[in-house]
Amino acid sequence: MVHNKISSPSFLEEVEAESGEKVRICYQCGKCSAGCPVGYAMDLLPNQVMRLVQLGLKDEVLSCATIWLCASCETCATRCPREIEIVKVMDVLRRRSSAEGYPSAVREVPIFVNSFIGNLKRFGRLYEAAFVGTYNILSGHLTKDFDKVPAMLSKHKLSLLPPRIKGISRIREIIKRVEEIEKK
Amino acid sequence: MKYAFYPGCSLESSASEYRISTEAIASALDIELVEIPNWICCGSTPAHMSHELLSLTLPAYNLVLAMNVGTEGVAVSCASCYNRLKQANHAMQDPIKRGKVAEALGEIYDGTVPVKHMLEIVSEIGAKRNLKDLVRVDLSDIKVAPYYGCLLVRPPDVTNFDDPEDPQIMDRLVEVLGAQVVKYNFKVECCGAALAFPQVEIVKKLSGQILLDAKESGADIVIVACPLCHSNLDLRQRDIEKYLGIDLEIPVLYFTQLMGLAFGLSPRELGLEKHLISPDSVLKRIGIKV
Amino acid sequence: MARIGVFVCWCGSNIASTVDVKAVAKAAASFPGVAHATDYKYMCSDPGQNLIRETIESEHLTGLVVAACSPRMHEPTFRRLALETGMNPYLVEMANIREHCSWVHEDKGEATAKAIETVRMLVEKVKRNSPLEEIRVPVTKKALVIGGGVAGIQAGLDIVTAGIPVIMVERSPSIGGHMAQLDETFPTLDCSQCILTPKMVELSQHRLVTLHTFSEIDEVSGFVGNFKVKIRKKARTVDHDKCTGCGICMEKCPAKVSSEFDRGLSDRKAIYVPFPQAIPNKPVIDRSSCIWFTKGRCGVCKKLCPAEAIDFEEKDVIVEEQVGAIVVATGYDLIDRGLYGEYGHGKIKDVIDGLQFERMLSASGPTGGKIVRPSDGATPKTVVFVQCVGSRDDSKGIPYCSRICCMYTAKHAMLYKHRVKDGKAYIFYIDVRAGGKGYEEFVKRAVDEDRVVYLRGRVSRIFEKNGTVFVKGSDTLSGQQVEIRADLVVLATAVTSSHGSRELAQRLRIGFDQYGFFTEAHPKLRPVETTTPGIYLAGACQAPKDIPDTVSQASAAASKVIGLLSSDELIREPLVARVDEKVCIACFMCESTCPYGAIEHVTWKDPETRKEKEVARVNPGICEGCGACLPVCRPKALDLMGFSDEQIYGEINALSDLVKVIHDE
Repeated sequence: MVHNKISSPSFLEEVEAESGEKVRICYQCGKCSAGCPVGYAMDLLPNQVMRLVQLGLKDEVLSCATIWLCASCETCATRCPREIEIVKVMDVLRRRSSAEGYPSAVREVPIFVNSFIGNLKRFGRLYEAAFVGTYNILSGHLTKDFDKVPAMLSKHKLSLLPPRIKGISRIREIIKRVEEIEKK
Repeated sequence: MKYAFYPGCSLESSASEYRISTEAIASALDIELVEIPNWICCGSTPAHMSHELLSLTLPAYNLVLAMNVGTEGVAVSCASCYNRLKQANHAMQDPIKRGKVAEALGEIYDGTVPVKHMLEIVSEIGAKRNLKDLVRVDLSDIKVAPYYGCLLVRPPDVTNFDDPEDPQIMDRLVEVLGAQVVKYNFKVECCGAALAFPQVEIVKKLSGQILLDAKESGADIVIVACPLCHSNLDLRQRDIEKYLGIDLEIPVLYFTQLMGLAFGLSPRELGLEKHLISPDSVLKRIGIKV
Repeated sequence: MARIGVFVCWCGSNIASTVDVKAVAKAAASFPGVAHATDYKYMCSDPGQNLIRETIESEHLTGLVVAACSPRMHEPTFRRLALETGMNPYLVEMANIREHCSWVHEDKGEATAKAIETVRMLVEKVKRNSPLEEIRVPVTKKALVIGGGVAGIQAGLDIVTAGIPVIMVERSPSIGGHMAQLDETFPTLDCSQCILTPKMVELSQHRLVTLHTFSEIDEVSGFVGNFKVKIRKKARTVDHDKCTGCGICMEKCPAKVSSEFDRGLSDRKAIYVPFPQAIPNKPVIDRSSCIWFTKGRCGVCKKLCPAEAIDFEEKDVIVEEQVGAIVVATGYDLIDRGLYGEYGHGKIKDVIDGLQFERMLSASGPTGGKIVRPSDGATPKTVVFVQCVGSRDDSKGIPYCSRICCMYTAKHAMLYKHRVKDGKAYIFYIDVRAGGKGYEEFVKRAVDEDRVVYLRGRVSRIFEKNGTVFVKGSDTLSGQQVEIRADLVVLATAVTSSHGSRELAQRLRIGFDQYGFFTEAHPKLRPVETTTPGIYLAGACQAPKDIPDTVSQASAAASKVIGLLSSDELIREPLVARVDEKVCIACFMCESTCPYGAIEHVTWKDPETRKEKEVARVNPGICEGCGACLPVCRPKALDLMGFSDEQIYGEINALSDLVKVIHDE
């Protein structure tokens, strides 16, 4: 499609199929970018991400920082005149980027996501103390938010004991099945 | 009135005061909240970012559990949990997604368990009886900026909560409670949400804009209906002050706490001592000390 | 005994290259009832027609099948030819072997076989045709124009020029429409009022024009050439025969409401004329805001009126008129202010729409032509114009382009810069659509001479803080978010159909689209006609349009009306439904199905039993021959002339051998 770059002709269709969204009908009005609260920090504005998907420029899209900076706040999708659920598209791009081994342009975000999911798999509910610990170690931001710990402990806002729920083995089985179905 | 209560992870620890105050106003309004036994995490933002099926299966698991409680539906306090449960219900209209979730759960969930945020439940009660009758404390000196954030109102076709650009449900509640509503421009702007961990600088900027606009518009306090928003606006307020180079010192309360104050409950019953930014300076106007 | 002639046309190579025309003629010659079959290169040419003419006479033909092109193309040609030879034109049928065979198939053998079967069907049909006579309907030489904007005014003026009387019905108290609200018009910047008001005066004073303002259409019955219209003249509460237009009532009236004409930028009284150049220039009382009607007291106008023209007891009056043709010119509206919550439209005082800005520009407007902020009256130094507010926005239910906004926004920015020399004008756009004579040059002028800054992107949000209007947009060309702190924001809000258009369409029995715009009979070839004969469209009631297009369409509609009403009788094709009174059981299912209102109730006397009964009758002047009534008629009393059951079954049975072959395979 775009001959001076390596484009993946099936990329648009794949993203559309997985997200259930018609990226092809984006007419580049830029309303998503106009209202994006994180736009100032992005390397590509949301409308540019949509355009690159339309053109099949997979490498550019899957290695950009924008897909990791998107806060999923849904401002873009709520106001999109073509009613494209842009967050769903961003989700697909994030998943594809990780699955295909693109180095994340914002390395902390996938670490945050994986720490959260790992914590959830283990305990069923978020064990905040353990989650923060894991995230800090993996991200290398060892002392992040440590200044808040004393106050949170004194106000009983940080539970040191892990959550305990019945049926955790069934929950783990379900999560395992989810992973198997997703692999298919 | 009986609801299956889904507190969500934050209310178990970092937002324990939201839980305390929710239960306090529930009993004041004769709402029976039966906690869903052995509920699990809704998956929040990380789940939909990484695994779509997981992001639907976790809420569906909880909603199936809720069916066994046998009530008018599920009551949720956290805006993020509310959004994920509603998203799952919405997605269950798609037979392919419904089939995949059924395969993972080992049972069929059809997406029909009603999900309501506590604000919606309070507002429904307010439509039937005059909540003013319960007000014991005069809050008319307090100017309140209601902050809704993203996940209650967006996407509107999923949450179907209120006007997505200018929601009124909390504004009306503040009026009924006798406090003054502050009109400001950032009531549905994003606080940065989950970026608090990986990109705290973004959160400082976004949450800073919200607090600053509320303050400049004359607000004494901000009220919220989401533990994530609260954590960004309260717990990180000192960092935000440093980032902006100004003093904000604006207490951020849960709407349930403001209700409790109006109903004459004690600060202890509402967990008001748990905020990082103490509401003392404002509450002393009504003769209350935390 | 039928003697059918079959004439197979080559259409040059159009048919002959894919269909073996000689084989078709040969096969046709053997069909029962065919007396003669032949082929010719161009059957529609002079020699071709002569060939047919001579054969009709020499072979004593009783019917014709011309195997050639679509009946839409040449059926009239061959039917006229038949008439010349004394044959009833409805004994001629076309077998379409071009569009249905040669143009759509590649295999010559199969195309030829299909052509043969097509001819076989038409031969069987024509054998069952009966001679039909054209329907002649008398005509009322008078036209109704609904809507008194520039479209209606132009249509009305053109029609009266031909000596045909015009009745104009306008809903509001004055004619003039939206054009009367405008200041200068693109792309020439000529003054709207200066070019419109003379036309308003000319129309209102014309001896052939009857003007009904403050009036609406209650009911329309009848059919082309003979419509009956009930017009509701709403109670003005002011007797215009007595009123001198002195204006003392308006001066003293204590009830103020926001002015529709100034779009809320000024107030009017409960007794009012909408604008100084209004026609008629005499007031009406808006009863919803008049203190006499809402609270039962006041009456200041009545006490003060020197002509004693105020009549609180006045009632609506229904006027009945007979007309031969109707021009619908009901114009447009703009979207609701609440539709764009994210733009604070209707909530933020300094966010206005284009028509409000237009009133501000107007020398006779609420600010006397000065551009000011509605909030504080200050001159705005930064103005942001936003295009496509509603238009091209599926999420707001308006996927179409409003067509006028690109141009009027360029004009607004230009006029702003002319009046506020040190001001800054920004325009947010998605595409600039300047496809009209002198339009692109006009937009260039705005950028070049007036230094208007175009930013390519939609605006996401507009909010106000401490008197400053914050506009958060983007410029997709530079890939940047843009925030402008503006003093005034002007929204180019989408054009919608006029309120009540759907109800009017139902009363007129004309089509409308999902947005409430009226539907033309054919988007290219019949753009000013509706599918209901005798009713024509002009202006933005059909789709958003600018003034030049509106005026063109109005003149086109007028010429259609003049053409229609130029003869004393209308001739219509006799291809209409007919009731067999003997069989009819008067269930009137047909009546509820007929989209044209062609079914009448009549009393019929059985000539044999001499008993009377009520039956349905199809009014041939109204019936369009669509056939919708046939399947709902349980006793099968209805049949369609020219497409009778017998004819259709004849065609189908002609294929029975073929059907059998397919079935056996």
